[in-house]
Amino acid sequence: MSLFRDDGIVLRTQKLGEADRIITLLTRGHGRVRAVARGVRRTKSKFGARLEPFSHVDVQFFSKGSELVGRGLPLCTQSETIAPYGGGIVTDYARYTAGTAMLETAERFTDHEGEPAVQQYLLLVGALRTLARGEHAPTLVLDAFLLRSLAVNGYAPTFGDCAKCGMPGPNRFFSVGSGGSVCVDCRVPGSVVPSPQALELLGALLTGDWGTADAAEPRYVREGSGLVSAYLHWHLERGLRSLRYVEK
Amino acid sequence: MYEGVVQDLIDELGRLPGVGPKSAQRIAFHILQAEPVDVRRLAQALMEVKAKVRFCATCGNVAQEEQCNICRDTRRDPSVICVVEEPKDVVAIERTREFRGRYHVLGGAISPIDGVGPDDLRIRELLARLADGSVTELILATDPNLEGEATATYLARMIKPMGLKVTRLASGLPVGGDLEYADEVTLGRAFEGRRLLDV
Repeated sequence: MSLFRDDGIVLRTQKLGEADRIITLLTRGHGRVRAVARGVRRTKSKFGARLEPFSHVDVQFFSKGSELVGRGLPLCTQSETIAPYGGGIVTDYARYTAGTAMLETAERFTDHEGEPAVQQYLLLVGALRTLARGEHAPTLVLDAFLLRSLAVNGYAPTFGDCAKCGMPGPNRFFSVGSGGSVCVDCRVPGSVVPSPQALELLGALLTGDWGTADAAEPRYVREGSGLVSAYLHWHLERGLRSLRYVEK
Repeated sequence: MYEGVVQDLIDELGRLPGVGPKSAQRIAFHILQAEPVDVRRLAQALMEVKAKVRFCATCGNVAQEEQCNICRDTRRDPSVICVVEEPKDVVAIERTREFRGRYHVLGGAISPIDGVGPDDLRIRELLARLADGSVTELILATDPNLEGEATATYLARMIKPMGLKVTRLASGLPVGGDLEYADEVTLGRAFEGRRLLDV
């Protein structure tokens, strides 16, 4: 029996029994963790709104075993808010749908509970902070997050040089299965020919060049989003439920 | 394992929410020992609830006829509609005896991560009710959690251009609690929604 303390982002909540919830968090030190929060649905719960999705919290867990993840679900015993991103996200429907897709992506990329995923965690914290502040368009923040999540998990796409032979870009063709831009010689059946502006936008989102990204025209943003979701679906093998509700 | 019908009863009871194998066994033996008339009443209530209860054609609340009691009650104010997620919420608000208008039950809240979008809720029916112009105020009483807030934001954005007064239930400190235990979000909301004291 041991106590653990970690900070994390609440990804998802599920109802459990009369007034409890199972909380799924992406934590800094333990990766994805599922824990039970007793009585959290009661109006006078000590947790209040701290364990709602998008919340960045410092949580104490009680586990029956010597590890946090393993022997049954740990209990959530105390929690403190670090940053309540939910407040800034839920007041705008486009931000909410984009944010939900981010949470689902983070959950899907951290398949193994208890395995640290620090880069994914830091990426999510940064993306939610940007989204809540409303500095950039929600779809752009979402696409940047999806591209960088793919990158930190080893699926970084290329938007310039050929993904197969390395021929310096710009290259005209884009193949989801080959890993991004491909040259004339390496193109495979099913490759698409996106506009150069859309590829430039995606490159800017991947590297964090917000000046270029914010100046992009809406039609290129839509085209880029289509490429990102096709690329993500290819690598996740199973589609994201929340992606089709994102307001574009 | 018990024999035949006893085990069947335990298995059926065990499928109810919150009833585990031990509780199912206890309830099954309680039924076995009860008077036949009591058991028949229980069986009849179960059959009747499935046969008679349906959803109100207007508001989506549980009803025994085409419309529920509240929609049929002519003394209730038809110009105010209170939007809630579940029929349970109608009962909770009715207990306060503060509200004399009508209701609209959405059947859930927008939650993309669970695959529930605006089209899966009774939003189209709500818009149809607002179309004739007799409604002047819409009270958004979805749950004060993230999905409920998002649903309220979505509805407000869609309905405000129709020129209706759209209000949201206040949220803040629960009556009878200690201030120091309030979380930051709730306390912040209470500050936002503070009111002038008329003494």
